[in-house]
Amino acid sequence: MKYGVNEHGYYGDFGGAYIPEMLYPNVEELRQQYLNIINDPDFKAEFDDLLKNYVGRPSPLYHAKRYSEKYGANIFFKREDLNHTGSHKINNAIGQILLAKRLGKKRIIAETGAGQHGVATATVCALMGIECVVYMGEIDMARQAPNVSRMKMLGATVRPASSGSKTLKDATNEALRDWIANPVDTHYIIGSVVGPYPYPDMVARFQSIISEETKKQLVEHTGKELPEYVLACVGGGSNAMGMFYHFLDNEQVKLVAVEAAGKGVDSGHSAATTFLGHEGVLHGSRTILMQTPDGQVVEPYSISAGLDYPGIGPQHAYLYKINRAQYVSVTDDEAMKAGLLCSQMEGIIPAIESSHALAQLEKMKFNLTDNVVICLSGRGDKDLDTFIKYFNY
Amino acid sequence: MNNEPSTISYTMNRLNQLFASKKDNLLSIYYTAGYPALNTTVDIAEALEKAGADFLEVGFPYSDPVADGPTIQHSSEQALINGMTLDHLFEELTELRKRVTIPILLMGYFNPIAQYGIERFCKKAAELGVDGVIVPDLPMYEYEALYSTHFINNNLSNIFLVTPQTSSDRIRKIDELSNSFIYLLSSSSITGGSLQLTNSIEDYYKRIKAMELKNPTIIGFGISDNATFTKACEYANGAIVGSKFVKLLAEDGYMEKIPAFIQSMR
Repeated sequence: MKYGVNEHGYYGDFGGAYIPEMLYPNVEELRQQYLNIINDPDFKAEFDDLLKNYVGRPSPLYHAKRYSEKYGANIFFKREDLNHTGSHKINNAIGQILLAKRLGKKRIIAETGAGQHGVATATVCALMGIECVVYMGEIDMARQAPNVSRMKMLGATVRPASSGSKTLKDATNEALRDWIANPVDTHYIIGSVVGPYPYPDMVARFQSIISEETKKQLVEHTGKELPEYVLACVGGGSNAMGMFYHFLDNEQVKLVAVEAAGKGVDSGHSAATTFLGHEGVLHGSRTILMQTPDGQVVEPYSISAGLDYPGIGPQHAYLYKINRAQYVSVTDDEAMKAGLLCSQMEGIIPAIESSHALAQLEKMKFNLTDNVVICLSGRGDKDLDTFIKYFNY
Repeated sequence: MNNEPSTISYTMNRLNQLFASKKDNLLSIYYTAGYPALNTTVDIAEALEKAGADFLEVGFPYSDPVADGPTIQHSSEQALINGMTLDHLFEELTELRKRVTIPILLMGYFNPIAQYGIERFCKKAAELGVDGVIVPDLPMYEYEALYSTHFINNNLSNIFLVTPQTSSDRIRKIDELSNSFIYLLSSSSITGGSLQLTNSIEDYYKRIKAMELKNPTIIGFGISDNATFTKACEYANGAIVGSKFVKLLAEDGYMEKIPAFIQSMR
């Protein structure tokens, strides 16, 4: 694959494994084994079976007719919101729990921001009967309370991350600290295409089912497997990488990644990483991150907890730098309006994360014959409180 | 004059001289620059030297210190609030070699160094009389492939960590790349824990000792009193006290308490 990772874990200048020695044996074990395990026919069979019968895949590719009329193109929604647990996060959680089992791990840890990855992880741990500890920033626990309850009901322990800014990046720090202290029996299920190599590549592979299905479904809808445009929101970037994956080598497909501008890119309250960030190292990989001139990580802001992350995955940093994908940003207000519009025009309440991708449609010019796929990465149930407060329903 | 970049032969720095002259019971102290206040780095170093510490690790703070426990996390956070940056630290260190003679290492995470510029960082540190650097999240592959020449050209020792889970092959490779000492972690843990001397940990120390490495070894993480220090020195050339000393810095009148603190460790 032209845009894939090299043997040292790099995408161009980005990636690698900038980890303390305490994490080296864990990460090295994964690096040596992940491809063998993923490519093993028994693993594939079990993964495919669970995706089909447990998650409910393939997720539909829905031709949104009223949206198509409004925006003057053929608009398709890839319905990851219909997956079990309500988002694309379950694809990766299933893949990694099967991998952890084959590595003989007895305990799972995870970080979560919006709670979607935490819920997905708690779910697969319940399914496999494995102990699960989820780290979540104290602030996120308050703004995503229903997901905290869901994780507890699924049998997981939710530990508040009360260090630093008390959000996703600090939850990630706490999970890494836990892994340092439990180097033998524990597997860390990272929820996005971030972290030290091999995580960005491994998570992208597990999420690549999104674009694999989309290609087949587009043929059924349009007679062609390639669309003109593919859009997805980006926090760390796992739904976007899954949505882009099988289109990367088809250079004529325009890839659009939508970041969260928060209250505006220049407002001081934003998570638009490619606009505000610089190259550096975050959570084990060389990437683009929001930081001070002294190299301290800057706390991002977005109304969407799932996009509230100061970096992007290293493969995204690479696609951005070489211009293979276009990185744009959408504000809180634009996203909230788009979420409401989708609810009332298509009868689908999208997650605020996915609403960012929908909002980008307003800013684009299409030809009538263009086929446009948007990854509807999650459903809006978890965001009802935020929507209600915002619109005074 | 013998510092021409073309002559990559390594000359002895203060660390090498120390290890050449003293083989046992070396005591090193870690503290976070900028904590509890700015402009105390050299004062504390001077007091530690007078009190009998053999060498020092001066931490520069980072917003996301994944290898550190609550004590050093807190000191880093406070140091950042106080305004500590690498630029400021280097300004404080212009005084260093007028007042302190023992070896000094800088310890911190990779991102602040990357933003400062790795080559520029190495040059500046060496110019101010720093002898070595510990960067927990700079892995061996990246160090060797991309950055080692900057360290070597500036006569700075890069210190690698070893844990009970590090394979013997990897320890051999670390020994090859090291030129002053190897930092043995008492267990796979973040800083600020307590040293638990289980059979498997003793086996690990014995395994390392039996490898007869060319570099001296220093044990760190979980060294907090005379008993843990003495025990560590049975297996290595010395030990590092970090979180316990950082806690002392939170107390009133900490400068006066430094001599008694060092005495209590020996």
